[in-house]
Amino acid sequence: MFRISFGLRQRRLLVNRVALTLSLAAMAFGLIWLIWILMTVLQLGVSGLSLKLFTEMTPPPGSSGGLLNAIAGSLIMVTLATLLGTPIGIMAGIYLAEYGQHSWLGSITRFINDILLSAPSIVIGLFVYAVYVARMGKFSGFSGVIALALLVIPVVVSTTENMLKLVPDSLREAVFALGSPKWVVISKVTMRASMAGVITGILLAVARISGETAPLLFTALSNQFWSVNLNEPMANLPVTIYKFAMSPFQDWQEIAWAGVFLITLGVLSLNILARVFFRQKHGS
Amino acid sequence: MAATAKRKSNVGDWIFFNLTRLFALLTLLMLGGIIVSLVIGAWPALERFGAAFLWSSDWNPPMEKFGALIPIYGTLVTSLIALVIAVPVSFGIALFLTELSPPWLRRPLGVAIELLAGIPSIVYGMWGLLVFAPLFGKLQPLLEATLGDLPLVGQLFRGPPLGIGLLAAGIILSIMIIPFIASVMRDVFEVTPVMLKESAYGVGATTWEVVWNVVLPYTKVGVIGGIMLGLGRALGETMAVTFVIGNTNFINSASLFEPGNSITSVLANEFSEATPGLYTASLVELGLILFLITLAVLVFSKLLLMRLARQEGRGT
Amino acid sequence: MQQAEFQQGVSEAGEQPRPGFTTQIAFRNFNFHYGKYHALKNINLDIYRAQVTAFIGPSGCGKSTLLRTMNRMYDLYPEQRADGDLLLDGQNILDRGTDINHLRARVGMVFQKPTPFPMSIYDNIAFGVNLQERMSRSAMDDRVEWALRKAALWDEVKGILKQSGMSLSGGQQQRLCIARGIAVKPEVLLLDEPTSALDPISTMRIEELISELKHEFTIVIVTHNMQQAARISDFTAFMYLGELVEFGVTDQIFIKPEKKATEDYITGRFG
Repeated sequence: MFRISFGLRQRRLLVNRVALTLSLAAMAFGLIWLIWILMTVLQLGVSGLSLKLFTEMTPPPGSSGGLLNAIAGSLIMVTLATLLGTPIGIMAGIYLAEYGQHSWLGSITRFINDILLSAPSIVIGLFVYAVYVARMGKFSGFSGVIALALLVIPVVVSTTENMLKLVPDSLREAVFALGSPKWVVISKVTMRASMAGVITGILLAVARISGETAPLLFTALSNQFWSVNLNEPMANLPVTIYKFAMSPFQDWQEIAWAGVFLITLGVLSLNILARVFFRQKHGS
Repeated sequence: MAATAKRKSNVGDWIFFNLTRLFALLTLLMLGGIIVSLVIGAWPALERFGAAFLWSSDWNPPMEKFGALIPIYGTLVTSLIALVIAVPVSFGIALFLTELSPPWLRRPLGVAIELLAGIPSIVYGMWGLLVFAPLFGKLQPLLEATLGDLPLVGQLFRGPPLGIGLLAAGIILSIMIIPFIASVMRDVFEVTPVMLKESAYGVGATTWEVVWNVVLPYTKVGVIGGIMLGLGRALGETMAVTFVIGNTNFINSASLFEPGNSITSVLANEFSEATPGLYTASLVELGLILFLITLAVLVFSKLLLMRLARQEGRGT
Repeated sequence: MQQAEFQQGVSEAGEQPRPGFTTQIAFRNFNFHYGKYHALKNINLDIYRAQVTAFIGPSGCGKSTLLRTMNRMYDLYPEQRADGDLLLDGQNILDRGTDINHLRARVGMVFQKPTPFPMSIYDNIAFGVNLQERMSRSAMDDRVEWALRKAALWDEVKGILKQSGMSLSGGQQQRLCIARGIAVKPEVLLLDEPTSALDPISTMRIEELISELKHEFTIVIVTHNMQQAARISDFTAFMYLGELVEFGVTDQIFIKPEKKATEDYITGRFG
């Protein structure tokens, strides 16, 4: 007959119960932080929201003001960095997926891209400082753009490559069978088929750089006044928040919370937008 | 006619191929450029201090004495704390999402976890300093009372309840990296073949036994990759750490309640005011060290994954 | 009239005790739903001890579904429900109080594709045994060897027990899964199209295995290959659209089926 050790069975069931309870606790743990952080940002940020946040410049401590120059600066730098980094990323991604599947250059580039993807963003800032800022002799908005673009590129390379690899070979073969040259197959068909995924990757890259502070610390620095001159230090949200939050001044801290609210809202909206967009275009 | 069409498309192909190849090469150059420029920038410090830079705990700008020991210690300790907390929690979350959660709850919870990843690090930093630290300061005496008396481990939990410091920074960091590790784990758990799991249930295993003995070993490549990803993130994180680590350049004891510095917080705090010359060069050298550490972690994990894949007898 | 009654008796009520055979598993008025979809309709069926019973029928007829109820594998999926009576040695395993893990150790299962666990060959076999009993290292060694011998795999792997189970060939992996299934000494072995992913030679070896194993285990096998059912089974159940159409001795089903639907399927008129 069947030899069952009852002690063993009881113990196994107990272990199972404990493990599953702990995993529920882990889930709750993660959710608690998310809710707590978002609630704090909401509470403290919304109270600082007002029209003048969007219409006035960053003030010296003790007077009232807004974040207009910081918001404008961030918008400018993020847009330019995306415009600069995306084409480079897409092209390199196309190479990896369509030409570089078995070449040495492909393997090395893929490996290097992984490294750059995980590289600390402050090191990227340091790099741009060393090659550009030090040479130019001053901080500038343009160097900030370069630093952010260098963060965009690896993200776009990797999403583009992954999305292109998902396109089935049978689709490519069908176009080749019509006598089409390779560059037409890629640009007119393969890219178009994976466009939804590629755009999602770009949106996620934008979300990422919008919140980055470290690479701007030694490149664009910040600016108290209004400036859209890329050759001068340029105000931006993250560094401004950093400066205001670390200060002991109450009104600066309030403005910092409002800025945090804006950034979080922007980044999370972009994330959700990217997700919804991808789901719609790609089917579930 | 056909000949010119062919030549035109050949030219088009040639251009496209080399254009994309050029941009791929650019990525390669970027890495080389980073290392080279960092080395050049750090040269004065490299020359002056040599290898002793790594274990010197001096940090005295006016006297031009610099050493990387304190920042390296801070970086490693906070990242380690973050991993110790984040890995089991992420595993628990991935387990919950794949085996326990009712199906209609899976997508929203998964999205919630991913949102946690999207929150910019400066938000974590500010929240950490202005909300978490004061409360943590109230919790620290309790930790000291309970854990502080244990034989070896106890000395990690003694000291003034500042609220900020190495432990606080490690905890904030762990919250930041949990979503990364949890998403990767969840993704690889989900693609475990159903038939494999049913085989394990089929011999009478409980859910926990199936996940621990079958799913986890099956997915270990992805799991390790996810953990390495989280580690890389933790090592390089700037804002979340800078706000709460305490920005102190000396260490008095082994306690985790101490304030300290990480490489990233030193750079964030001191770079813009550093005098050019040895000070700046030392800071750049710190950046170089950090980059090499993250590089080492990544290369190590890739080698480990290749070795694991070979052992199994199947390609990754 | 009598013929029809007898026919009814065999394929529906299942109450006529068949002389010389003991019922191990009995389905009585058994129904199964996937959500709203009524997948198995009023099944009445006996599985006899130490015999090989084959379930045949076209795709979607419910044969795999029926197989998977016998170890309550469907429990993993909340929208799948069974009602009616399912008796194993007289006890209704659909009861709330049934220990499912223990049930699954008594009723083993082998799947369509080989599914070796990501562990060594030795550990693959030991895994299930360890869940049920604690034994000494040497006792476990004996059990592992016994299972591998029974599965006709011992000679091929005895020197490489520490190697990963996934490094074996397809046919070997499936025999490993069979060894794994019998190592816990179940009473019943459920085989869900076990050779559909294998080449003809491996298939033949596994069929030989099944013929030997039936002396110690009750075997139920789902197969879409009618010739296989004819070769190795003692009893055959033909299913169509969720219903049990006909059940009987294999030779009788294949040579002289009583229902027209059965005859049509066997002669290839549909399926």
